[in-house]
Amino acid sequence: MRRRDFIRIGSAGVGAAALFGAYRSARIGAYAHPVPDPGTDGDQVVPSFCELCFWKCGILAHVKDGRVTKIQGNPADPLSRGRLCPRGAGGTGLLYDPDRLRHPLLRRDKRGAQQFEQVSWDAALNEVAANFDRIRARHGAEALALFSHGYGGSWFRHLFKAYGSPNIAAPSYAQCRGPRDVGFSLTFGTGVGSPEVTDIANARCLVLIGNHLGENMHNTQVQEFAEALRQDVDLIVVDPRFSVAASKARHWLPINPGADLALLLAWMHVIVGEGLHDREYVAAHGHGFDQLRAHVAPLTPEWAHPRTGIEPALIRRTARLIAGARPASLVHPGRHVTWYGNDTQRSRAIAILNGLLGSWGRRGGLFIPAQTEVLPYPDPAHPGTGTAIDRPAPSQYPLADDVLAQGICEASVPLTVGDPKIHGWMVYGSNLPTTLPNPPQTYRALQELDFVVTVDVLPMEITGWSDVVLPEATYLERHDDLNTPPWREPYVALRQPAVPPLFDTKPGWWIARELGLKLGLQSHFPWTDAESYLRERVRLTGLDWERLQREGVIRGPAQPIYFEEGATPEFATPSGKVEFYSSQLAALGFDPMPTFHDGEVEDPPAGYYRLLTGRAPTHTFGRTTNNRLLSEVFDENAVWVNGAVAAKWRLKDGDRVYLRNQDAVRSTFSAPVKVTERIHPDAVYLVHGYGHRAKGLTFARGRGIDDAELITRYKVDPIMGGTGMNVNFVTFLRADDVEAEDAAAGAGGHA
Amino acid sequence: MNTPRYGMVVDTRTCVGCAACVIACKTENDLPEGYERNWIFTETAGAYPDLGLTIRSERCNHCEDAPCVSVCPTGASHYGPGGTVQVDADKCTGCKACIAACPYGARFVDPRTNTVDKCTFCIHRVENGIPTTACQDVCPTGSIHFGDLNEPRSDVSRLLATREAYTLLPDAGTKPKHFFLK
Repeated sequence: MRRRDFIRIGSAGVGAAALFGAYRSARIGAYAHPVPDPGTDGDQVVPSFCELCFWKCGILAHVKDGRVTKIQGNPADPLSRGRLCPRGAGGTGLLYDPDRLRHPLLRRDKRGAQQFEQVSWDAALNEVAANFDRIRARHGAEALALFSHGYGGSWFRHLFKAYGSPNIAAPSYAQCRGPRDVGFSLTFGTGVGSPEVTDIANARCLVLIGNHLGENMHNTQVQEFAEALRQDVDLIVVDPRFSVAASKARHWLPINPGADLALLLAWMHVIVGEGLHDREYVAAHGHGFDQLRAHVAPLTPEWAHPRTGIEPALIRRTARLIAGARPASLVHPGRHVTWYGNDTQRSRAIAILNGLLGSWGRRGGLFIPAQTEVLPYPDPAHPGTGTAIDRPAPSQYPLADDVLAQGICEASVPLTVGDPKIHGWMVYGSNLPTTLPNPPQTYRALQELDFVVTVDVLPMEITGWSDVVLPEATYLERHDDLNTPPWREPYVALRQPAVPPLFDTKPGWWIARELGLKLGLQSHFPWTDAESYLRERVRLTGLDWERLQREGVIRGPAQPIYFEEGATPEFATPSGKVEFYSSQLAALGFDPMPTFHDGEVEDPPAGYYRLLTGRAPTHTFGRTTNNRLLSEVFDENAVWVNGAVAAKWRLKDGDRVYLRNQDAVRSTFSAPVKVTERIHPDAVYLVHGYGHRAKGLTFARGRGIDDAELITRYKVDPIMGGTGMNVNFVTFLRADDVEAEDAAAGAGGHA
Repeated sequence: MNTPRYGMVVDTRTCVGCAACVIACKTENDLPEGYERNWIFTETAGAYPDLGLTIRSERCNHCEDAPCVSVCPTGASHYGPGGTVQVDADKCTGCKACIAACPYGARFVDPRTNTVDKCTFCIHRVENGIPTTACQDVCPTGSIHFGDLNEPRSDVSRLLATREAYTLLPDAGTKPKHFFLK
């Protein structure tokens, strides 16, 4: 019997552990030079799902002598399939982070001064409840806003709905994926969700537009990416940076920043003009194809060439390659797509291209996901919650289908006329100063608000600006709600604690429920603890609770996920078809078909370079840069500078620089220059999530440059309110010069 | 039954250099903070926009003619099960001769014990019923293969039979049992 079988069968079994101990020592003793077993196998192996990013991979946490020793992928889980990305494998670095928030804290000094006193949970929650009730009495419940990022946020969203506030925002919408899902919804009637419904593994041609799979480590996508490479996929990568994905590509198109839409339109020109599109699919499911054909007729590769920097012959060749593989030809929708403020239209172009290829609903394209239903816990109806206060007028950003986080922030500062509309924030797992664009506005709101409460695991910047800080237990120490994402097969996954909470931390469900009780919302929290809540949902659905606890996942029967397998072609658009032409956009005064407007994307001023950002595989933004285990691999970001640019500025690899942006904002810290040919000469590149300023992050503080503080400008997508952030430009300041100047000015250094 | 000859094959075509192997090795083998048994190597060739990028997940090569074994004055560095190169911590005096001799930089002194440490090919697993290494198990791209080079039907043998492969510093004459697929 293999040792893994012991572990899986006897997840809580003392007998199994004893048995395998005996087995092992017998074998080890046979060798003259024993290599000792490091002894990291758990006495107990607890299945759960990860929270190091938001993909929610199934894990197995090994627990020995009350400590989590290591985390492996759960082979039964459809997302991890037994494998993990570095972050998932490094979860113990979060659990045992010496900088964790340990006790509830009350602010003692002015906001931002990071002076707090430890208090009891009862005192902390009384303070929160008193402030919530005071704000609700004066201004109504809608004067409170919740920012939430992460799976545990569901308990607080429930609390806010019960309390009567509709202002529940996640920066993952307007600062990340929103334009993509609106663009796809406009075209196919539904977005691509998370995890994305991309059938990468079966694609014969895969196009990535600025998507850096492999550096962006959403586990299943990267697994499928590797599978596609093993199948010799025709990979085309469009990126001004020679990304890891670009290095694997048949064709890397080093596009001029901001010109992606011109390329997409020229591809459509070639595909439609040469009749390479899926005529049958377009005839059966398309709407407005004739208009599209006329629209792209003049948009030749020669037209696109000066805009994109890509040779016309290469545009034609790649267009034919893309069309030749249809319908197993996937133009990936991307994920973080808030670049230039015209992002919904670019996402529309990507969606339209997939429509022309007939890849939506087809093997190797975008699949129609399956999802299992788990019944809700019986709960009284929520009070009517009105409209969120996230935009100046309801007519603005008409197609926003979620709350705009930056809009909530704007509504929290006094306007030129009238009072702010938001008076109190609860912030769950969202480090707003590094998440929202234009940090000065965020700081202004944080100073003006009547009350700010933060729920977090680490002393992030946002906690320093809070009146009350509530320390949450990590994902390895708590239950959360069931996960049933739309995916290739229906399944339900359980998050359950591997170890009890350390210090005086509490799970999010406990915090939300206790606060709910203090706010008089008993009827909305009829359960006593998360386990009984989850057990009841599972029981009502007719699933086996013990099995779910034991295996972490229950998978449902396979369903057809492609049209050719029997999935129904349904498009929830106004025409009920794939909308190449959008009457909805036309009626609102927007381009009904994506149009490239010259001059819309500004060029860098002389001596400045466009600031582009992305991710390192070991990190989820600033959430993980204090994780000692992960930071051993990647402890500081570097400023990627093209070799010719570096020569011009006489910068050598490893020279430390500060960056200053077009609004004369200088980075708080410096970072080393990485002289590389892998970046476009008009741009510099930074991995997002570094340059923490919070004192409590004793490892991450001062390491590298925070790109967010240089993003003082953003361009709002008029369709849905997304914040395009690739519109900032930076120049270099030598660290020696800056520090000498600071010292001379008596500033006492840069820190 | 033939004696096994353990080896590793890393596919550089699919490896994205994410370092999951580095982290999983650290937790599997309970390594001290600041030390790793495997690491990611990257190299860029060419000039913008004509570029190439090599990415490798690297570790001890478990050489057949291992200089670390021949220089070790105490016999601590030795050939272990399946021809792997191992260190017997009880015999190691921390003299670092092996560190100087290893052309791959695969070894370090564990500050907790002052003895030399390096990749073991997870021999504690392999010899006890789990035929995989931790780095192989975690690898999201499935780029790391481990197995018996003497067994023609093993993954590693089949990959080496069908794909073009290379070893690091072949001129050093160390005969690595760690291969990289082009």
